[in-house]
Amino acid sequence: MAGLSPPGVLFAVLGLAAIFAPFMTLAANRIVAGEGRALWTLAAPQITGPGIALMLLGLALGLPAARPFLRIAGAALGLAGLVWLLVLGAASLLAEAGDYARVSPAAGFWCLLVVFALMMADALSALSPGPAARAGLLVLVLALIGALLWSGALSDLSIAQEFASRKDAFYSASLRHLGLAFGSLLAAAVIGLPLGVMSHRNAGLRRALLPVLSFLQTIPSLAMFGIMIPVLSWLSGVIPGARAIGIAGIGFAPAFLALTLYSLLPVVANVLAGLRTAPAATLEAARGMGMTWRQRLTRVELPLGLPVVLAGLRIVLVQNIGLAVIAGLIGGGGYGTFVFQGLNQTAGDLILLGALPTVALALISAIAMDILVEVTTPRTEREE
Amino acid sequence: MSRSGAIRAACVALLLALVLRPHWFAPVFAPFAPAGGPVIYERASILSLSLSHLGLVALASGLATLVAVGLAILVTRPAGAAFLPLSRTITNIGQTFPPVAVLALAVPALGFGAGPTLVALFLYGLLPIFETAIAGLSTLPPATMEAARGIGLTRWQRLIRVELPLALPVILTGIRLSVVIAIGTATVGSTVAARTLGEVIIAGLLTSNTAFVLQGGVIVGLFAVLVYDALSLLETALTRRLGRQPAGADT
Amino acid sequence: MIEIDEITKLYEGTAAVDHVSMTVETGTITVIVGTSGSGKTTLLRMINRLIEPSSGEVRINGESTAALPKHELRRRIGYVIQGDGLFPHYTIAGNIGAVPKLLGWSRDKTRARVDELLDLFSMEPAQFRDRYPAELSGGQQQRVGVARALASRPDLLLMDEPFGALDPIIRARAQADLRHIQRQLGSTIVLVTHDMEEAIHLGDRVAVMDGGKLLQHGTPAEIIAAPATDFVAQMVGGVDRPLRLLSLIPVSDVLEDGAAEGEPIAPDTSLRDALSLCLWRGVEALPVADGDRPLGRVTLATIRARAAELA
Repeated sequence: MAGLSPPGVLFAVLGLAAIFAPFMTLAANRIVAGEGRALWTLAAPQITGPGIALMLLGLALGLPAARPFLRIAGAALGLAGLVWLLVLGAASLLAEAGDYARVSPAAGFWCLLVVFALMMADALSALSPGPAARAGLLVLVLALIGALLWSGALSDLSIAQEFASRKDAFYSASLRHLGLAFGSLLAAAVIGLPLGVMSHRNAGLRRALLPVLSFLQTIPSLAMFGIMIPVLSWLSGVIPGARAIGIAGIGFAPAFLALTLYSLLPVVANVLAGLRTAPAATLEAARGMGMTWRQRLTRVELPLGLPVVLAGLRIVLVQNIGLAVIAGLIGGGGYGTFVFQGLNQTAGDLILLGALPTVALALISAIAMDILVEVTTPRTEREE
Repeated sequence: MSRSGAIRAACVALLLALVLRPHWFAPVFAPFAPAGGPVIYERASILSLSLSHLGLVALASGLATLVAVGLAILVTRPAGAAFLPLSRTITNIGQTFPPVAVLALAVPALGFGAGPTLVALFLYGLLPIFETAIAGLSTLPPATMEAARGIGLTRWQRLIRVELPLALPVILTGIRLSVVIAIGTATVGSTVAARTLGEVIIAGLLTSNTAFVLQGGVIVGLFAVLVYDALSLLETALTRRLGRQPAGADT
Repeated sequence: MIEIDEITKLYEGTAAVDHVSMTVETGTITVIVGTSGSGKTTLLRMINRLIEPSSGEVRINGESTAALPKHELRRRIGYVIQGDGLFPHYTIAGNIGAVPKLLGWSRDKTRARVDELLDLFSMEPAQFRDRYPAELSGGQQQRVGVARALASRPDLLLMDEPFGALDPIIRARAQADLRHIQRQLGSTIVLVTHDMEEAIHLGDRVAVMDGGKLLQHGTPAEIIAAPATDFVAQMVGGVDRPLRLLSLIPVSDVLEDGAAEGEPIAPDTSLRDALSLCLWRGVEALPVADGDRPLGRVTLATIRARAAELA
C-alpha cells in the first residue's frame, strides 16, 4: 500500500462502484417515473468507451500519494469524461425515444460528480493556494460551466427543458433571490455594525442584546417567516402609505424582514469578536499616543478586526441564500418558488431548477467571501 | 428561583398548554383567523404532530451523533489521519449547502414522506457534530493525554475514560447546533409530506389563515428555544465541572 | 534495582539517546539533568516505554521491561509530569485511585489508599476527596499528581520536570515534601530536570546528559568536585562550585569544641548557610546547638579550609 493515498483509494473504490449505478434516467414524459440506464447502455461503445476510459484514468491518477498536481489532472480528466458521457449519452437516449421523452442525470452521475469534485478539492487543499490563485480558479471554473451551458450541449437534459419553458420566470426569480439575500445582508450590516460597535463599548447593552439576538436565531425559519406575516399586515394597516411602498403581509417584505432578523446575531457577534482581536498592548499604545476612542476604533480596532467582521458577513450571506428558499412558501419569490412548485407537482426537474442554483450561489459566495476574508487578514497571522 | 429560571418555567408551561390544550388559545388567535374560518388547527392533534416532529428530529440527530462521533474518532486515530484533511474539506463544503436545498434534493432521490426528511436531517446534522467532535478530540490537554498513557491506560481506555468525556462539552455544542437546525428543517419537511408541526404553518399559508401560522410558529419556536436552552445548560454544567470556566461565574 | 543497559533511540538516523547505561539503586533518588535536547526526557520515557528504544534494554529487578505489555508495565511504574496532567473530569479521589482501579483493587482498599495518601501530603481527605482538580491551587494539584503516581505502591516513580510549573517558593516546599516522603516510603525515583540546583538538592545520584550521551553519573559531591567534562563544569556553575559543595555538607561534619557569640544554629545547617551567616553577622564563628543542648562551634576558617580542600 506504500505510496498510495488513502483518500485516493477511497475515491477509486467509490468511483468504480458509482460507474455501475444507473447513470441517467429516461422517462416517457415529464411526469412519469423514468427507468435508470447504466453507463454502457447509453450509446454505442465507441461513444461511451472514451468517456469511461477518461474516468478510469482519472480515478487511477488520484491514487499516488503526495502528488497533488497528478490528482488535480485526474479529477479534471474524470470531470471531462463525465461531461462527455452526459452530453453524448443524453443525445443518444433521446434519439431512440419518443417526442415527449425526458432524460436526466441519475444517481451514478451525481455520485461520480461528487467523487471527482471532492478529489479536486482535496488535491487543491493540499496545495493551499493563495487568495489570488483561488480567485483565478473560481473564475476559470465558472467560465467553463458558463461556456458549457451557453454552448447548448446540455439542452437535451430535462432540467434544461424546464428552464427553457420558464426562462423569464427563472431570471426574475434569480433577481428576487439575490435581492433577498444581498438586500438583507446589507440591511443587517447597516443595523448590525453600529449595534456591534455600541455594545462593544457598553456592557449593559451587550448583555441585553445578545440573548435576544440568539433567541431570534433559534426560531425555525418557517415559523419566523410565518410570524412575520401578521406583523407586517398589521404594520401595513397601521402606517399610512406602507402598502404603497410594498409593505404587506405576504410577499417580499416579510421574507426580507425575517432574513434581516436572522442576520443580526452573526453580524453583531462577529463585530464584537473582531473588535476584541486588537491586542491590549496595541490599544494601550494607541491611547498612549493620544488617540481618541473614535480614532482608536477607526484606525486600530476596526482594521484589525475586519477579517472577523467579514467572516460574520460570510456566515450571513451563505445562510440567507439558503433561507431565502423559504420565501417561496409565502409568496416572496426567489428559487424557492420552483422548489415548492416542483414538490407540489412531484416534478423532480423543477425542484432541481430551484435547488441547484441555490446550492451553486451559496458555494460561490462562500468561496468568494473566504478569499475576501483572507485578503484582509494581516500577513503575520495568516502564516500560522 | 432566578429570573431566567422563572422565564424558563413559564415557557415550558406555555408550550405544554399549547400542545395539550390548544383550544384554550382560541380567543388569542381568533383575531388572526379569516372571518368564519377555523381558529385552531384540527385536522390532526397538535400532540401527535409534536411527537412525530420531535421523534423525527431525535432519530435523525441520534443517528447523526453516532455516525459523526464515530467518524471523528476514526479520523483522529493515527490510522485514519490521512482522511483528516479530506473530512475537513467535506465539512466546509457541506455546511454551505442550504438545509432546505438538501431536503429538496432528497425528494427526487427518495420520494415523499418521512424518509427524505429523515435523510436530509441526518445528512445535514452530521456536519456540525463531526466538526466539533474533531475539534474536541484533537485539542485535548497534552499533559492529560501524556499522563493517561503514562499511568497505563490502553488505547480503548484512553478513548472511553479520558478523550470522549473531555471532548463532550465541545461535541455537545455541535449536537445543539445540529438539533436546532433539524427542528427548523423538519418544519419545512411537511412540504414533502412528513408529519411535523410545519403542517399547521403550511395549512395556514395555503388557506391565508394567519391564526394557524401563528399557532404553529409559536409552538415550533418554543420547542426550538427550549431544546437549545436545555442543551446549553447541560453544556455549561459539564464545562464548569471540567474547570474550563471558573466555578460560580456568570450566574 | 533498575538497570539501563546500552539503551539507544534513533530518530531518522540521529541518536537522541546514545548507548546510555546506568544503574539506579532501590530506595534512592536519581536525577537526570541536562539542557533541552540533551535526551534526558527521551531516556526517562524509554523506561516506561512511552518511547520504544531502538536498541538496548531496561531491567527492573532483573526483569526486562520488554517482557510485559506496555500498559501493564506502566501500571507498575508511577509517572508524574510537569503541569501534573490530572484528569479534569475525575474527582481528586478518582484521580489518585485511577491506577488501583485499573489494577482491579476493591473499592474499600482503593478508598483507604486514597485517604492515606491525602494524609501523607497534608491534605485533609474529607475536604479534598470529592473536589475536582480545577478547584485546587497549583501546588495542591502537583501533590495530587505525585499521590496518583504513588497510589499502587509502584516499584519505581518516574518524574518529568515535576516542579517546572510551580513558582519558586512552592517549588522549594514541594521538593522538601518529596524528599521527606521518599525517605519515609523508601521509594525509588528517577527524576528529570534542567535545573542543576534541583538535581544537587534532591539527588542521591546525579546523571548529567548532553547530546544524547551520559557525561557523568555520580553523587552530587563527585559531580561538583570532579566534573568529568567542561560541559559538566559549566552546568555546575564555574565560580559557584565551592558554594554548591559547601551546601552539601552539614556543619555537624566540621564541628569543633568551644563557644561563640550569637544565636546558635542547628547541626544539619549546611556550610553554605553557615558561611552566609558569618558574613552577615560579621563574626568569625557560630555556636552550634541541637535544640537547647550546645554541641560546639563552627569557624569561618574551617569553612574556608574545607572549601579550599575540595577545590
